[in-house]
Amino acid sequence: MRVAGAGWVTLLEKELLRFWKVSFQTIAAPVLTALLYLLIFSHVLESRVSVFGGQVRYTAFLVPGLVMMSVLQNAFANASSSLIQSKITGNLIFVLLPPLSPLDMYAAYVIGAMVRGLVVGLGVFVVTLVLSPGPHALAHPVWALGFAVLGSAILGTLGVIAGIWADKIDQLAAFQNFLIMPLTFLSGVFYSIQTLPPFWQALSHFNPFFYMIDGFRYGFFGLSDVAPGRSLALVAAAAIVLAGVALALLARGWKLRH
Amino acid sequence: MNAVEVTGIARRFGGVQALAGVDLAVARGEFFGLLGPNGAGKTTLISILAGLTRADRGTARILGHDVVGAYRLARRALGVVPQELVFDPFFSVRETLRIQSGYFGLRHNDAWIDELLHHLDLTHKADANMRSLSGGMKRRVLVGQALVHKPPVIVLDEPTAGVDVELRQSLWGFIRKLNRDGHTIILTTHYLEEAEALCGRIAMMKSGRIVALDTTQRLLSRFAGLTARVSAQRLPPEWTSRVRRREGSVHYVGLENYAELERLLASMRVAGIAIDELALAETDLEQVFLRIMAGSETTDETQPGIEVPET
Repeated sequence: MRVAGAGWVTLLEKELLRFWKVSFQTIAAPVLTALLYLLIFSHVLESRVSVFGGQVRYTAFLVPGLVMMSVLQNAFANASSSLIQSKITGNLIFVLLPPLSPLDMYAAYVIGAMVRGLVVGLGVFVVTLVLSPGPHALAHPVWALGFAVLGSAILGTLGVIAGIWADKIDQLAAFQNFLIMPLTFLSGVFYSIQTLPPFWQALSHFNPFFYMIDGFRYGFFGLSDVAPGRSLALVAAAAIVLAGVALALLARGWKLRH
Repeated sequence: MNAVEVTGIARRFGGVQALAGVDLAVARGEFFGLLGPNGAGKTTLISILAGLTRADRGTARILGHDVVGAYRLARRALGVVPQELVFDPFFSVRETLRIQSGYFGLRHNDAWIDELLHHLDLTHKADANMRSLSGGMKRRVLVGQALVHKPPVIVLDEPTAGVDVELRQSLWGFIRKLNRDGHTIILTTHYLEEAEALCGRIAMMKSGRIVALDTTQRLLSRFAGLTARVSAQRLPPEWTSRVRRREGSVHYVGLENYAELERLLASMRVAGIAIDELALAETDLEQVFLRIMAGSETTDETQPGIEVPET
């Protein structure tokens, strides 16, 4: 009956069940939001914006940006909202009392967040396949998947950090609205940074989200603003550093254990 | 090996010394009571045992496992019923228990979960969402969650707050059975008659220290005697030092035996004081508690939030 080390698997299952039980809100709603962006922006900009020197139609260019944006935002939302809700309602104690290690907790919350992000991203992708006609063959699917997995891991980890840090929903909303949203929107979801003035182009290179989106887009078109290997290295490094931070916080019990 | 062993545990929160060096050993199989007014440090002590709070100094062990160094083994050995009525609104009762079991690495535990549901009178609510449960039912689910991994040491922090009398009786019946089966029980409660009836040994805490620690019987006999509840305008001056408590014209007078009652009545007659009403009660744990709390030397302002019973 006793299975050593299986505790984290249950925590992961709980995390999955948690968003699955309200999937209309956690999956269907963000898919719809992404579709609205696609419909509106493609309607307004399709004939006016040229990307990658006219090699890619704007609507096609927009699809991977929106998919990745959905992956990132939902991965963040899942881990952060799960933790803050548990903290506010006090039921985090059920996770703190069992013999779960910091790594157990980290793995469960982040993998749960990754699954939510990837499911929503896949949903957005599938629906855009149906809605926007034209060739959809991915140039480098493995690269696309790699960036989606790493990106969701990074945002899931940021969600864990924000969820541990925040004491109120307010603070979490601030983290989301003043950090995650601007970094996502200014990362090239809706445009190629090559169309930006040099100053903003240079500034974009300091935005870690830019490399996730640009690398992911490379998986679709084989075209990118930055060499994909460089993006991958930067994204992987960010994932490792943030994982270290989150694990250190969990090990110290910061704001979780007094 | 002791079920719980605490050595020199201290913990400060800001300006408040929640625990000021506590030593305590609870043997295996004991039914142990931890009593004290609000702010005495009971919940902090329990939180340190459970790994929810870290001590500034000192060590705590569950069945010999250090709660920090060997936290996995310590937590496996410990079941805690928290004081706050918390629940996860996403899940049903059965899901809640299955999930809690899974956290402890027990993934196929339905036979025991069914037994728990039965003993806690929750079988008919197994598939109900936690949100739909009454306070008393939620409290019982908390007890179930604490027991789901069959911990040898069980800590109940105010488990019967908000639970009605009938259910309290059945809950204690179940906890007693667990104790008979060899589980060590540590209980904090505000219902002192519960502690008196259940606990073999009792520690009383005040201002982060243990101010009394003995078997329940010896604690009671330490203050053996009677309390006379006398309704009168005043008492003869030689008796005023014996008044434990006063409510308007009602005096609670401590007496060592029945012979003293006669002396009290005689001196009242001599002083010409009319007695409106008179009642007698033997010492119970509440009186012992109040006297220990009143007598212990401390700078803390905290007063016990417990009233002397109307006897």
